[in-house]
Order: sequence, then structure tokens, then C-alpha cells
Amino acid sequence: MAKKIQPTKIPMREQPAKERIRNYAEVPYGYSEKEAMQEASRCLQCKRPTCIQGCPVEIDIPGFIDFIAKGDFQAAIDRLKEKNILPAVCGRVCPQEDQCEKVCVLTKKYEPVAIGRLERFAADWERAQGSMSVPKIPSQTGKKVAIIGSGPGGLTVAGDLIKLGHAVTMFEALHEPGGVLVYGIPEFRLPKAIVYREVDYLIECGVKLVLDFVVGKTATIDQLLESYDVVYIGTGAGLPWFMNIPGENLNGVYSANEYLTRANLMKAYLFPEYDTPIVRGKSVAVIGGGNVAMDCARTALRLGAEQVHIVYRRSHKEMPARLEEIHHAEGEGIIFDILTLPIKYIGDKKSWVKEMECIKMELGEPDASGRRRPVPIDGSNFVTPVDTVVCAIGQSPNPLIPQTTPDLKVGKWGNIEADPETGKTSKPRCWAGGDVVRGGATVILAMGDGRVAARSMHEYLMTGKW
Amino acid sequence: MYKVIERKQIVPNIHLLVVETEHIHKNAHAGEFVVVRADEKGERIPLNLVDWDERSVSMVFMEVGTSTSKLAALKPGDEIATLAGPLGKPTEKSEGKKIVCIGGCYGIGALNPVLRMFKANKNHVTTIIEARSDFLLYWRERLKEHSDELYEITRDGTRGVRGHINDFLVEHLKKSKVDLVYVQGCTYLTYLASETTRPFGIKTIVGLNPIMVDATGMCGVCRVTINGETKFGCVDGPEFDGHQVDWDNLLSRRKIYIREEVYSLSFYECERYG
Repeated sequence: MAKKIQPTKIPMREQPAKERIRNYAEVPYGYSEKEAMQEASRCLQCKRPTCIQGCPVEIDIPGFIDFIAKGDFQAAIDRLKEKNILPAVCGRVCPQEDQCEKVCVLTKKYEPVAIGRLERFAADWERAQGSMSVPKIPSQTGKKVAIIGSGPGGLTVAGDLIKLGHAVTMFEALHEPGGVLVYGIPEFRLPKAIVYREVDYLIECGVKLVLDFVVGKTATIDQLLESYDVVYIGTGAGLPWFMNIPGENLNGVYSANEYLTRANLMKAYLFPEYDTPIVRGKSVAVIGGGNVAMDCARTALRLGAEQVHIVYRRSHKEMPARLEEIHHAEGEGIIFDILTLPIKYIGDKKSWVKEMECIKMELGEPDASGRRRPVPIDGSNFVTPVDTVVCAIGQSPNPLIPQTTPDLKVGKWGNIEADPETGKTSKPRCWAGGDVVRGGATVILAMGDGRVAARSMHEYLMTGKW
Repeated sequence: MYKVIERKQIVPNIHLLVVETEHIHKNAHAGEFVVVRADEKGERIPLNLVDWDERSVSMVFMEVGTSTSKLAALKPGDEIATLAGPLGKPTEKSEGKKIVCIGGCYGIGALNPVLRMFKANKNHVTTIIEARSDFLLYWRERLKEHSDELYEITRDGTRGVRGHINDFLVEHLKKSKVDLVYVQGCTYLTYLASETTRPFGIKTIVGLNPIMVDATGMCGVCRVTINGETKFGCVDGPEFDGHQVDWDNLLSRRKIYIREEVYSLSFYECERYG
């Protein structure tokens, strides 16, 4: 007899919205052992699993889930780590509904297996044990690797190449490692201790970390190539976009990068104990509908805002944010102004933003992205009071490296061009991946790119063939 | 962590800070800056590079808020949490030109590498340093070395010419042919100098000092309006054409956190002095 399947995911307990909007602690608590085993038993263990194809780093998903179902959590985490060095991170921030869970066979009738939650469970279980197994590193090859940027892509390349016996140095421009995982994603969504633990693990494996080193300025790529055999560029999407509308340089108008960097990396939420301030607005508008916009809106609430609006020019359906983030934001009382586009910010006498003029939109024909294009409705303009605006409409790659590396080919948006099959750039001995190639994408895609590049870099290091 | 080699008060409220690093000197140029964070809880602030060698970099700063008070309290052997650079675009080179370089406040120190670079490129360099009073002027001998002539201006007339930079500059520009004016110092000085040269149509480069966080182009807090267009102080500057700067916007953006800065300083002083 076929086993009876529970149609819905085992729910994950979380902090009640009323409490969590006033603290920075992580929102979902994660599964207990019992809950995890129950959820894992929903997996059908398909002979030809589709979920693996949905994963950019090709985790053996049924494999690790089977171990959880059987209660062998150590085996589960070991299986995960064969393919993914950041399971605690990915379990929390991957858009599973667009990847592995989207193609889970169960979705034909029921909710998919909660793959992300199970991944998080296995990683957290290991962390709770206190010990971390450091793999035996094969003998040194004598080859030197420079990785630029210590975000998810850089960490993946570092993990893969150190295990293959190369000497790996990771350069980070900021004063903390982790890239967007640390400066961008808030503590309540991804506790920084988790990121630092993963970085410490790599350092224990032998990766050398150099902080406060701005490649492109402190040393150019060409200078690095004098002492390193190969270079991986994973510098992310560090140039914020603005809309170029009147009033954007008024006081109180932030880029998402600035808002989140102040709050997360600089710990402005602990001001004045920490020196970096942030404007604690009462009426905050966040422009955009992605994960970053949700992060900004929920950060604003935790900084004491009375009203936080997400202002998005398309409809709910087109929002690029993870479903879970949208649900959390809604649960916390964020107001969604959809089909709305700001066209002007209005300042007071002291040049602080006090109002925002918007226009209502309607959806027209699909555009190049396949989503229906928003079209302004004539005469629908309205003005609404705000004291803080956060512009979270996206970003393009940071220009410091392309500017100082003339033979590195870049695309129209300033993104470095890299072969998707290998991660090779136009410049010999240089690979690139993640947001610096893709523009604003996701943690897991950056990790997938890192995996691909690491394979190609290893091949080059061992054969000398470009 | 980065070891402090020297920290001394040059004149009241203006300090020299020398920090150990092997990384920065290789690519350092005149007009660039570094980002400094005094301790683990500190802010990231930009400071002009005033000198560098194989084992250190030097900065001159004015003690005004929490971050600079923390720096001003450092002793040799202490450590600071962050030192990253060089950052920003170098001062544009020119050759065989007649250049007037103006410095005030911490900008007097910031002139040092720029004068050196201009002089090495065979320009005729006229240096003007200004302060409220004689006791606030510094480095005249050091700057003289890289200048063809050096003038001092004090508002109270205790040294050099009495008055403001604009009076002196107008007279100087009437008398002499000048190709370029270069200014380092507080926003008021850079503004005043730019407005003084505007009627003469002389190109004027100013070192701006917008608020920064990462200082690598990532956050955008340092945006300044140049000729109607938004630029980032940290990667497009910090030097711009003074005749194209939207000064009102720069001045108001510099004041974004004035309330928090005052609060933070009193908090720090309470913690420090009880």
C-alpha cells in the first residue's frame, strides 16, 4: 500500500510578529529533530529526482533527506556538505520555491517537501553539536589562488580549491568577511554568527583571509597576477541604482545598500553604543519588490518606524522576493502599495524629504522579462507624507576592478563577461561569477558560479591549459 | 588591526596620525584617501592621505566628533580596527602650468602630496594656506619645499596677510596668470574659493568631503550633484570641478546626522570620562 502523505509542509515555528518587529533576533526557530524527521518522511525518494536539477549546486537532495528521515543527522550534513559549503546560509536565503521545491514531484498534488527547512535543520544540528569536522586537505600543489570578495561565491571557490590542495588567499574590501551575507542580509533573517562560523571553517581548512584590501585600488588584478597563478573575481553587485527622479539627493533618501550596510555591518541599530548612526524614520517608504526591499522594510520597522510601505510598480504576482519574505513582511504589518511608482521627492526647508509624489500604474503587455509591463495611469498622481525613503530597485556591478583592468571585457551594464560553462573571463588566468557577472541575482547562483569556476580553475592549475 | 606609529596634535584640534601598513604605499597617489575605523564599534571615515612610505601612511584630521575624538586619543603602539586604501581618484596631473593651491584646516596637510606631485611635473606652484590665527597654521616649511612661493593668510592678521581667502585670491588672480586653482579644506573654504575664481573663468579643482561608509562605491551616501548629475564622492571623486558642484546639496547632506553626532559625542565622553 502506498504510504499516506501529509499534504502540507510541517510548519516552522517562529517568533510572533508583535514581538519580533521590536527585536533583531532570527524570525523562524527552525525544526526540532522530531519535526525534521516528520517532514523528511514526506519525501518520496524518487528514482529520478527532479529536485537535484533544480539546485544550482546539485545537492543530493533525496540522499540527505533520507538520512534525516532515519535520524542520522551527521550523515545528512556530510552529504549536504559534499556539494554545498554553506548549508546553514542556503537553507535560510535560497529561493527554494523557484528552484528545488518548485520541481518537487509532490507539487503535482500537494505542497513540496520543505527542502530548505530541512537543509537548515541539518546545518543547525551540526552547529549545535559544537564540533565541526575539518576535512583532510590533500598535499599541497604549490599553486596560488587569489579570490576577490568573500561573499557566497568567493567562499565556495575557496572551499573547493583549498580541498584540492591549492594555496588560497581571499581578499575582502570591508572589515568583515561574508560580503552581502554580512552587509546586506539582516541579522533577523541570517544571524551573522552562522556566516562567521562558515568563514572560520574555511580558515581552519587553511584559507588565508585578508581584510581591508580593495582590489582595483590597493592592488590591481595585474599586480595580483604577479604573485598568484589564478584569480577569481566575485565582487558582487556593489553599485546602487537610483531612479534619477527629482529630490533623490534629499536628506532621508537612502540606497538599500547604505541603509542595510549601516544597520547590519555597522550595527547602527545599536547606536549610540556603536558609532554609526541611521535615520530612525516614523514613516518609511521602501521602493522595490525584491528580497532587498523586504529586508529594508522589516529593518525600518525594527528601527522603530510606525508605518512602513513597500512601493512597487507592478502587482503582487510579479514581486521578485521570496514568498516567505513577503509573508513575513505582511505578517509584520508592512503596507504594500502595489502598481505605484514614485516620480518625485519633495523636501522641507532644511532639505529633508517630507513628501513623495507617486503615480498609479496598470499592467500592459509582457516585456522582455516576460512580466507584464507597468504603464502609468494619466492623472492618477498623488502625494503622500514620508520622512525616510529607501531605494531598493537593484544594483549593478562595482566598477573598481573593470576600471583598473583594461583588458577585462565588460558588458553594457558594467558586468564582467564570463563564460557560463567555465566562468572564464576575457583575461587569461581570471575567472568571475556571481552578481559581478549577472547583476543582482541570488546567493545560490553565486555559489553555483563559484562551483563551476573552481572546477575550471583546478583544471587550468593542473594542466596549464587556458 | 593596524598599529599606530605616531599620533600628535600639530596645532589645536588638528592631529597627525601615522599608521603601520605595507599595502597602501604601492598604489598611492596624490589626492587619494583612506578609510579608517578607530575601534570595533567605530564608524568608517575617510581621511586624506598626506604622506606614505613602505611601512606606513600618514593622515591629518580635525578632532570634531566621536570618531575623530577616538583617533585623537590614540598613542603610539595602540591599534586601529580598519585601514583601507588608497581610495578615490588621484588628482589629475598637469605639466608646465601655473597652479595656485589653497589649503585650510586639515586641508593644509592634504596639500602635501598634491604640491609634491605638481612640482615634480614642472608646474609653477603658488601655495596659499589660511587659518583664523597664526597658532593654527602648520607645515609652512614642509609645504614651501614643494612650492615656488607660499603665502599665509590669517583672519586676525597675526601672520601673513590679514583677511579671507577670497580677498587675497581676487588680488592675486588680477595680477598673475593662473591656469588652475586647487583647493583642500572644509566645505566653506572650497565653496568660497570656487565662487571667487568663477568670474575669472579659471578651472578650480576642489577636494570634497561628503559622508562615506564603505567608500568603495557600494552604498552611495557620498553622492554629490555635479553639473546637475549625481556622482559618488568615493569613486568618481573626491575631487571635482568647483564650478559644477551643487554646494547647497553638499552642505545639507553633510548635516544629515548632526543630531546623532552630537548625541554620540556626549555618549562617548560620558563613557570615557565618567
